[in-house]
Amino acid sequence: MDSLIALLNNFIASWPNLSLVIGLILLPLLPLIISVAMYVWWERKVIGWMHVRLGPNQIGPLGLAQAFADVFKLLFKEITVPEKASRFLFYLAPLLALTPAMAAWAVVPIGNRMAWSNANAGLLYLLAMTSLGVYGIILAGWASNSKYAFLGAMRSAAQVVSYEIAMGMALVSVLILCGSLNLSDIVNAQAGSKGLFEWFWLPLAPMFVIYFISGVAETNRAPFDVAEGESEIVAGFHVEYSGSAFAIFFLAEYANMILVAFLSSVLFLGGWLSPFQGWHLGPLSAPGWWWLFAKAFGMAFLFLWFRATFPRYRYDQIMRLGWKVFIPITIAWIFVAGCLAFFGGVTIGPGVNP
Amino acid sequence: MNRVVRYIKSLFLLELLQGLWVTGKYFVKPKYTMQYPMEKIPKSNRFRGLHALRRYPNGEERCIACKLCEAVCPALAITIDAAPRASDGQRRTTRYEIDLFKCIFCGFCEESCPVDSIVETDIHEYHFEKRGENILTKEKLLALGDRYEAQIAAARAQDAAYR
Repeated sequence: MDSLIALLNNFIASWPNLSLVIGLILLPLLPLIISVAMYVWWERKVIGWMHVRLGPNQIGPLGLAQAFADVFKLLFKEITVPEKASRFLFYLAPLLALTPAMAAWAVVPIGNRMAWSNANAGLLYLLAMTSLGVYGIILAGWASNSKYAFLGAMRSAAQVVSYEIAMGMALVSVLILCGSLNLSDIVNAQAGSKGLFEWFWLPLAPMFVIYFISGVAETNRAPFDVAEGESEIVAGFHVEYSGSAFAIFFLAEYANMILVAFLSSVLFLGGWLSPFQGWHLGPLSAPGWWWLFAKAFGMAFLFLWFRATFPRYRYDQIMRLGWKVFIPITIAWIFVAGCLAFFGGVTIGPGVNP
Repeated sequence: MNRVVRYIKSLFLLELLQGLWVTGKYFVKPKYTMQYPMEKIPKSNRFRGLHALRRYPNGEERCIACKLCEAVCPALAITIDAAPRASDGQRRTTRYEIDLFKCIFCGFCEESCPVDSIVETDIHEYHFEKRGENILTKEKLLALGDRYEAQIAAARAQDAAYR
């Protein structure tokens, strides 16, 4: 009993600390949520422009408030639960999808050692978090007790598991060149005097492409969105979800997309480093978070470009691409990366402490 | 050889990049969209929209109840009853109704009219809120004609040489 009271006292004494922690958690999350809303708006604009349309332009200037209008519409809608659904898992699933998508942001550095957690095993943590997201999808499909949702969940599970291997291999090749799992170290390793040719996209070009395509597949985006597959299985795993529960899935998917965009910028495009580093162009050569954000914006744009361009892959084509194309290439390129690292084919920037 | 070419094409994502190039071009192309309620595309003076019954400048209604329009109407949308007018015994319509649900806006009524009474205006933005509003009665048609006479006359004058 005494210890319990002591625990309670400790808890109360740590209140300022707690609010600090909550503040630190909200600090990256609120911008993330707002950027998701803006990303949705940007997606609709980009796809509209690519269809020679204008996209949303009625609500607010340039239609900017459209995303918020959609969010509030979703939040005020009723959440319906299928009668035979497993209620607990049904409510748990969106949270399981959202939590890893948010938690992964803890290790993403926006400047040298500027991350919420400058973890030494950052890359492993990211792999773990991005893999966890699929449980939310599987649970959502299973708990809904609907055949469409179940089919979508199964497709998504198989797809994510296959592409995770190629994705992991691509990360391993980065790891071989850099020699560190710390994301800040990975960016520092890409520093040098030859501008953007110091970055890992050049020695690891196929891995960069494979990583990004696997990222598209991991987030279940077009052209790999068989998990949603409107034409065959209505809306896939989230067919029974409505209102804010659906909004959470939506948020998780877009947060994951932005995460993949940031990660591919950090791992292969030199993170916060300037593309003109070492060329003595004054402020243009200076590193800064704006470079990272610009690169991530470019990669995020690719997601939308893909969606506006490619028809959905057939399921067996997805499996073929993942297992028979990507994985052999990644294995081969890991060998190449090993040779590059062993024979000193890639210069590693200063400031890496493996 | 063909297989090798195909293999290289798919390995280097050449066809996918081609597709991206196409959508990329459309991304920056100027858009043709009209912002409809704010912007409107100019209409032809021959546009066939909502009907109207016209009057002579002295206020006398043109329609003489010859029923040519009723006869020519391919959708049987026009119903006319006629009787001598009480005041001066002239032949006039007592009922002139157009069912807009039946009307196909072919313009035959306007073409057949010997006195240019029934016309189709260029009004195309109208709606019905209740069943029955789709029937344009004589009063409504005359009111439309009175209201848009200037517009109707201008459109007819523009097109007069080709009629």
